[in-house]
Amino acid sequence: MYGKRSKFLTTCLLLGFTFLYLPIILMAIYSFNYSRLLPVWGGWSTRWYKELFNSPEVWQATLLSLKIACLTATIAMILGTMAGIAIVRVRKFRGRTLFTGMISAPLVMPEVITGLSLLLLFITLQQTIGWPQRRGMTTITIAHITFAMAFVAIIIQSRLTSSDRSLEEAASDLGAKPFRVLFDITLPMLAPGMIAGWLLAFTLSLDDLIIASFVTGPGSTTLPMLIYSRIRLGLKPDINALATVMIGVVAIVVLIAGLLMYLQARRSRAAAKAEAMDS
Amino acid sequence: MSHRISDWLQSHWKEILLWVPFAWLLFFFLTPFFIVIKISIAEPLIASPPFSALLEWGDGLLPGVSATIDNYAYLWEDPLYVKTYFNSLQIASVCTVFCLLIGYPMAYGIVRANGNWKLILLLLVMLPFWSSFLLRVYAWMGILADQGTINDVLLWLGLIDKPVRLLYTEFAVYVGIVYTYLPFMILPLYANLEKLDFSLNDAAADLGARPTTTFFTVTVPLTWPGIVAGCLLVFIPATGEFVIPDLLGGGNVLMIGRVLSSEFNANRDWPVASAVAVVLLIVLVVPMMLYHRVQAHESNS
Repeated sequence: MYGKRSKFLTTCLLLGFTFLYLPIILMAIYSFNYSRLLPVWGGWSTRWYKELFNSPEVWQATLLSLKIACLTATIAMILGTMAGIAIVRVRKFRGRTLFTGMISAPLVMPEVITGLSLLLLFITLQQTIGWPQRRGMTTITIAHITFAMAFVAIIIQSRLTSSDRSLEEAASDLGAKPFRVLFDITLPMLAPGMIAGWLLAFTLSLDDLIIASFVTGPGSTTLPMLIYSRIRLGLKPDINALATVMIGVVAIVVLIAGLLMYLQARRSRAAAKAEAMDS
Repeated sequence: MSHRISDWLQSHWKEILLWVPFAWLLFFFLTPFFIVIKISIAEPLIASPPFSALLEWGDGLLPGVSATIDNYAYLWEDPLYVKTYFNSLQIASVCTVFCLLIGYPMAYGIVRANGNWKLILLLLVMLPFWSSFLLRVYAWMGILADQGTINDVLLWLGLIDKPVRLLYTEFAVYVGIVYTYLPFMILPLYANLEKLDFSLNDAAADLGARPTTTFFTVTVPLTWPGIVAGCLLVFIPATGEFVIPDLLGGGNVLMIGRVLSSEFNANRDWPVASAVAVVLLIVLVVPMMLYHRVQAHESNS
């Protein structure tokens, strides 16, 4: 990888990635274990996968988690993009420090605090204005939007600061109104960032256990909540199967996305080359 | 009519862009903290909700205020809470140091890798981000269990003759936190190292500096913002961590996130849980502000 430059760096990377990936690989191997006692090897089998796919509980929780994640990602993308543009393009306004603080705080805020405070807000609201009548999908989605939009805003903000303003300036100089500039130039330019933000918000929502456990109500069990309640008591082979499926899906999606990006980069490089040869 | 709306939009688009997300955050992010503070000075009641009201509207014109600092006094007087806060901070700091020691060479190695390798390695660091955190912690339960992988290997090698207790110990919590938060350390370090001009290293080498000297006098100072950002991204959330001490520590490891959660769910003592949260926030406010400054500085430059 480095030629002869550094054995030290290669060793570090090798050890580091082994540390990151070995647990996942072992977990996947054990999902094919026939034995109910997880650590004891009882031969290869797919029985836990069958058990997993036949469990209505798992399907229900997955569906709820996916619904919440889609809603969260879409709304967080819109609000986060607005916030990101506002931070970069509206340089001076009252409460700027507070606003940027509220954008960066959710990135590091311990989830127990966010969860507790949002639950107490929902309870106070229920007592004073009667909404939300019951906690569940709506309250979880609101909670997820609140922390996910901060991540989207950070992505948009960094894209916008590193981007070239000349196109927008040219459009304004040619008489395009600010709104038109925003929709015809700025947003298309930000599209890759918005997609990345949507995906990040989606996975953050899908992955969240603590905040959802605080703000949920009876009957609304998301997938992480179901997994957590099962593994609290020890190792469960069907959870290994579930983990393998989930990580497999993610790996495939990321691989496809990576491949598409690579092909696109190659195509645009080829196009640039062709253009250069033409002229 | 529609003209008027579009005119209004044209002249006020900046305000709309700003105020919609701002209002959302004010309402759903800031207001809840004030409610937590309010409840932390209420008295616990056996009722629903289980705390007393701050303002009692009696016969008079002004409401009577009932507030108490009992909940904070309780935290202060019970040595368990004080110990738990210190324990959380200690675990988070040690884990941060380990993340830095493992993460820095990895980030450096990724930056120095060539072409396609760089992309692949970066993708491999980010991949765990996209997969379930809970399941990655669960994977460690399988490795650290009494009949888990590590004990199996050690028994097979004949180094031990009965399983060593690894799961449900403080050691397991350390491993879990370092494992989970490592990518949060590597990515900001990578972003910073990527911008580094490596010709400076060559210059230092040409002038006779040894590689280690160059590293500590040139590379480290230049990547300081990345180091600070990475450390805070690990340290702050790790201090309030709940899932890892719960699943890998199993009640034997005291961490404040877990205490908060059990105070709230098991004991139903909301005022004390709120006081625990407020104190945790006060403990973390300095590192959080530091993080905000690094973040703001990075996005401006």
